[in-house]
Amino acid sequence: MITLVALPVLIPFVLIIGMLVCRSEKLARWLGPAASGLLLLLSVFLFVLVQKHGVLALQMGGWEAPFGITLVVDYLSALMLIVAAVILFAISIYALNFLPDSIKINRFFVFFFGLTMGMNGAFITGDVFNLFVWFEVMLMSSFVLITMGRSKEQLEGGIKYLALNLVGSLLFLAGVGLLYGKTGTLNMAHLAQILQNDDQAILMNTSAVLFFVAFGIKAAVFPLYFWLPASYHTPNITISSLFAGLLTKVGVYTFIRFFTLFFVHDPQFWHQMLLVIAGLTMVAGGMAAAAHYETRRILSYHIISQIGYMIMGLGIFTPLAIAGAVFFTLHNMIAKTNTFLVSGMINKARGTFELKEIGGLFKESPFMAVLFVIPAFALAGVPPISGFFAKFILIKAGIENGNYIITAVAILTAMLTLYSMIKIWSEAFLKKQPDNGRQNKSYTFGFAEYFPSVLLGSVSILMGIFALYVFGYTMEAANQLINPDLYIETVLKGVNP
Amino acid sequence: MEIVLAIVVGILYTAGVYLMLRRSILKFIIGLIFMSNATNLLVFISAGLVSGSPVFVDGKKVTTEAMADPLPQALVLTAIVIGLGIVVFTLALKYKFFELTGTDDLDQLKKTDD
Repeated sequence: MITLVALPVLIPFVLIIGMLVCRSEKLARWLGPAASGLLLLLSVFLFVLVQKHGVLALQMGGWEAPFGITLVVDYLSALMLIVAAVILFAISIYALNFLPDSIKINRFFVFFFGLTMGMNGAFITGDVFNLFVWFEVMLMSSFVLITMGRSKEQLEGGIKYLALNLVGSLLFLAGVGLLYGKTGTLNMAHLAQILQNDDQAILMNTSAVLFFVAFGIKAAVFPLYFWLPASYHTPNITISSLFAGLLTKVGVYTFIRFFTLFFVHDPQFWHQMLLVIAGLTMVAGGMAAAAHYETRRILSYHIISQIGYMIMGLGIFTPLAIAGAVFFTLHNMIAKTNTFLVSGMINKARGTFELKEIGGLFKESPFMAVLFVIPAFALAGVPPISGFFAKFILIKAGIENGNYIITAVAILTAMLTLYSMIKIWSEAFLKKQPDNGRQNKSYTFGFAEYFPSVLLGSVSILMGIFALYVFGYTMEAANQLINPDLYIETVLKGVNP
Repeated sequence: MEIVLAIVVGILYTAGVYLMLRRSILKFIIGLIFMSNATNLLVFISAGLVSGSPVFVDGKKVTTEAMADPLPQALVLTAIVIGLGIVVFTLALKYKFFELTGTDDLDQLKKTDD
């Protein structure tokens, strides 16, 4: 039973090879969504197991921790796996209709599953160096995906994306080296155990800073986010939405994991730092989103703004705030991907992403308008959709803990979010179509085109209606993160080397 | 020996950062190689250096002081392989970009920012 923990990595790996040898596009079109669906079922099953046992740990190759590589699934990992699998499932179906003919679906799925493997690996690994390897797997796949199609713009965006992320990876590796030099271990549970009872833990600050910058680049926080808006709007919309929902959130996940499990030595400094960064990230992203008139650019900047909220929860560092951060991450992954999916539909209907050149979609396709409103309201925080509860928890935690400035910034940024969502709404849907011949483009959307967005939209609504249950799970995750004793105990099994 | 290697790491990082800040994409890639080698060396010396002793000794019991720590070597090996793959991809990307635009100047890459 416990070997199931390795499957979120193994299934995509098998699929990569399968897609490489599979010559028939028809087969690939079935295999991709089917495998993503299987991953979703598996993640739900793992979550049920986690509910029963608390934390699952699998020692790879039979090497006992801390010598071997451990795969660990706790509440946070399991929740992230489920939400990521929902998004992957939706996008694997979306890709069938929205990828251009120039990209072969088999080749897309090779790197799609490469990205899946790296991401799932990053979510479940319990070893710092192994995390680095999964990051590289994920990055390599994303490099190929972002340059697929090879237009001038894409290559340019690809170079920027690659440059900053590679620097991030190198800093990450340097951090790993210093961490090993000081502690002699790279197993996360073992690190936590050592650093808990270490009066010299302040020496960890060097590697903590390196990790902070590395994860900051991956998660696109304030001074390090410039690769994101420069590259996310260049590839095909399927690939943009895949990145928008998943990549930066892996960075946020590692932030939460590292700064709750073992970098807890200097809380005054680090939490203050996280809060300052969070506030600046929110405002910078929100302002830039308000200034743009291209849907993908607005949404890309908006990703950055939302990352700020997740970091804010980590910076406040009470169980409620961390639960809020986790809730917000889960909600944001779903809603953000969904807005990208809808902007892809708008593009298919009008042939452009420029808001100034489109309009009149509300009359033409009310259903599409509804599909846009759901994630937009979720992001803006309108009850009873998921975003309201996510923001509510965070703001409540902020006020309870006395972090008034960041709370005020969070509330004001919500206005900016609302503004940029209203902008897309009124420009693309309400306004009359400008007379430029774009409305004559013939298109028909069937069930398959609508389905991914409908799926993500209903998940957003369900997360809002059943917010109590979701909150219960995220609270459970937060408690496990704040008191990592169970995590350490399960991984090390009482070994005290 | 550690001192020498530490200085080498420092020089490599300096050279890498300097090259990365140049305008040419090719120089950027060379800078990347320097930085990645500097990082590999850093990981390698992180466990301390033991001269003249192998990682595994057959049949003989050795103390931990006389034995080199195998883990950083394994880590560096992995990192070198990953670094190689990345450099190859970056070079291919640069070649494609040059073919399409005929420029190697990073300052020309302004279309996707704003």
